[in-house]
Amino acid sequence: MKSSLVNMVLSLGIITVVAAGLLSWIYTITEAPIEQAKLDKQIEAVRAVTPEFDNDPVADAVEITPAGEDKALKVFPARKNGELVGAAVESYSAAGFSGDIKLIYGFDLNGTITGYAVMEHAETPGLGAKMDKWFTPEGKGNVIGLNPTESALTVSKDGGQVDAITAATITSRAFLDALNRASTAFSQLKADESN
Amino acid sequence: MNSKLKIFFNGIIAENPTFVLMLGMCPTLGTTGSAINGMSMGLATMGVLICSNVVISMIKKFVPAKVRIPAYIVVIATFVSMLQLVMQAYVPSLYATLGIFIPLIVVNCIVLGRAESFASRNGVFDSLLDGIGIGLGFTLALTVLGAFRELLGTGAIFGAQLYPEAYGSLVFVLAPGAFIALGLLIALFTKLRTK
Repeated sequence: MKSSLVNMVLSLGIITVVAAGLLSWIYTITEAPIEQAKLDKQIEAVRAVTPEFDNDPVADAVEITPAGEDKALKVFPARKNGELVGAAVESYSAAGFSGDIKLIYGFDLNGTITGYAVMEHAETPGLGAKMDKWFTPEGKGNVIGLNPTESALTVSKDGGQVDAITAATITSRAFLDALNRASTAFSQLKADESN
Repeated sequence: MNSKLKIFFNGIIAENPTFVLMLGMCPTLGTTGSAINGMSMGLATMGVLICSNVVISMIKKFVPAKVRIPAYIVVIATFVSMLQLVMQAYVPSLYATLGIFIPLIVVNCIVLGRAESFASRNGVFDSLLDGIGIGLGFTLALTVLGAFRELLGTGAIFGAQLYPEAYGSLVFVLAPGAFIALGLLIALFTKLRTK
């Protein structure tokens, strides 16, 4: 078709209007499922990492800003018969190899790590991405059962007690950075509760 | 009927987008760290390619020559955004692994290349066949490349361990290995094709 200003404006105009209409329609029907999928993932992670509870940690979630930081962390308290038994803390670290990493850590009442779940990351597949298993009892750098309340955990290269992922020390440091941040937030939760 | 079959198989062998046309190298190298990721990326691209080929062959008569490229890009981008929303809503785990590569389908040369060189000159049915053929060719290439890299890198194919992971060569999972593996596969494909 020969191009003239009128038919160019008209054809592009119609195409973009139709495209916008289609997209907003798809957006409205997928909005709820997307929210639900995010929430499911969160609930599943909280359940997996915390000690047994009978409340609704997601509904009871509180925001806690660790001392000396400006970003608040979401803390999901786990209660049994109204008593605090532990919590899941959604933490992050900006020290990852590519972009922020986001994880949920679980603690029991003493501050001992009961589990963790990786929520979001863009680490290298085959290296940093191994963190989903590496720090569990099946992996080589198990952190479950350790207690970061007294002294922050560090990788063995930095004189600490956790073995870093082979060839992914940066990711491992970021993992522990997020973990220590979560632990601080949990200690604050306990302090707030006892007041 | 013969000519229809020819259009279909053209995309898989004679004009295989990865091994012969060498288009869309960015997602090819980026997502083939494992067989399942390569296959998912191939299928996602195929879905967009089929839809965009069909729509573009339908609207080709109404689009003035001078604005055809922006018009095609809007069509392609619309389908990609729709795919992205749908994946996020219904297959969040797959979206988590492919996430950043999905928006890149918009700029995948294969999709625009087929729109310009095939769909804008042929009928709706032929364009549909071309979309399926090229899409399958791309999916097969990505799956084979992903399986090859996963096998050499981690000793597994589709997550099924064939030999211990420790014997794998990590370089194949990383970017340099993508180039090496792709080069070897292109050489092999060319040898078989020209025999």
